[in-house]
Amino acid sequence: MTLRQPPLAGVYEDPTLTDFGGWEMPVEFDSIRAEHTAVREAAGKFDVSHMGQVTVSGPDAFELTQRLTTNHVAALDPGDAQYAGITDAGGVLLDDTVVYRLPEAEADDYLFIPNAGHDGEMTERWVTHRDEWELTAAVTNRTEEYAMVALQGPDAEALLATETGLDLASLGRFEVASAPVAGTESLVARTGYTGEDGFELLCPVADAETVWTAFDCQPCGLGARDTLRLEMGFLLSGEEFHPRDEPRTPYEADIGWTVALDTDFVGRDALAAQERDGVDERLVGLELLDRGVPRHGYEVTDPDSGALGHVTSGTMSPTLGVPIALAYLPTEYAEPGRSVAVVIRGEPKEARTRATPFIDR
Amino acid sequence: MSFDVPDDLRYLESHEWVHTDDGPARVGITDFAQDELGDVVFVELPAEGDELTAGEEFGVVESIKAVSDIYAPLSGTVTAVNEALFDQPELVNEDPFGEGWMLEVELADESELDDLLLAEEYREQIE
Repeated sequence: MTLRQPPLAGVYEDPTLTDFGGWEMPVEFDSIRAEHTAVREAAGKFDVSHMGQVTVSGPDAFELTQRLTTNHVAALDPGDAQYAGITDAGGVLLDDTVVYRLPEAEADDYLFIPNAGHDGEMTERWVTHRDEWELTAAVTNRTEEYAMVALQGPDAEALLATETGLDLASLGRFEVASAPVAGTESLVARTGYTGEDGFELLCPVADAETVWTAFDCQPCGLGARDTLRLEMGFLLSGEEFHPRDEPRTPYEADIGWTVALDTDFVGRDALAAQERDGVDERLVGLELLDRGVPRHGYEVTDPDSGALGHVTSGTMSPTLGVPIALAYLPTEYAEPGRSVAVVIRGEPKEARTRATPFIDR
Repeated sequence: MSFDVPDDLRYLESHEWVHTDDGPARVGITDFAQDELGDVVFVELPAEGDELTAGEEFGVVESIKAVSDIYAPLSGTVTAVNEALFDQPELVNEDPFGEGWMLEVELADESELDDLLLAEEYREQIE
């Protein structure tokens, strides 16, 4: 299989590369810790062109998008965005996404961002359901047409302000505007996955280098993206949920707030039942008290009662300097402060449950 | 990018180094290895008095992104452990051949040294 190349491949200098969702992406430019700290304290830029871009337009664009995502699409005015799940009939997460209702100046009505490597499958899902429901909407996979650069950190606004005429003070969190960035026609969204203020910039592939090089700040790879999102307790597709390896509903994954049960979407009835009955297991934050690094797949046990569940993601938190993790555990362990153990190379290491986000944001 | 490979050390293909002088042999991981791992956040080492067997794993080094076993270049008895690494694992990144050393070992069989790579041979391997 040939790995997909982001449009910025060859532009950035000497990164360590990794295969992520079928794309060859930078994992680290300098050091994960340095990149992580730059985003928390100043600013960093990420090539996130591996994220999918799918547009939906036409008379039934709203209905199609509403029926395939868990959140309240009707709540979006032009220029608004929302985080949502994409679930199957059983309420199991197939993907998580951000749905943008595009500004009126744009040709398309909605844009949603499937995870890396999911763009083809999600486009197909939208097309199949459109046809089945006899809706009228154009669904277009624009992943190869767009580059996406995330500019994140407390200094992101000041950096972006030098390259756009857009009034950034009036662009709120989860809002999107059409605006020139470094002279290119871009979409500027106040979104991101780091827990910091910041922007995601969508531009045509031909302009990717112009946008990337316009910002003089720390280039960051997927390694820092992972530690930043993990400190916030944000989900990573394939780790915290996966249709086959980790089938989980939004309630289990602790993103129940994205589920609008008063709308009609695939998976709604199953989720309504689960909301009523409660879940047996939930995604819980952990802090390791012993030395070690909890990682995906490690078993979590109770010192008294044995096996409880498993770690989905873990790392040494660069901000806190302690090992942190997310794990699926029986719901009674969702309260902070419960004593558990993470089994690392056969040794139970003392840990306790902890509220997320792990950092104050 | 070029990596530091001191001439006076011996090396294992799995990126450990050994320094021998009069006393016990000192063991660590190479500049190349620390760079591949990235930010080292945790080191698990044997205790003083433990026995090592050449070629077998004796510990673990973890960075933010990876876990890696560390292999014994030589057989012998551990006579000292660099306990500074438990609180400052980043010393492995900052000074892999100096402050980032891991163990001192009283060799069981000095002839095992002949099985290790010379600096020039290790340099060829990582180029």
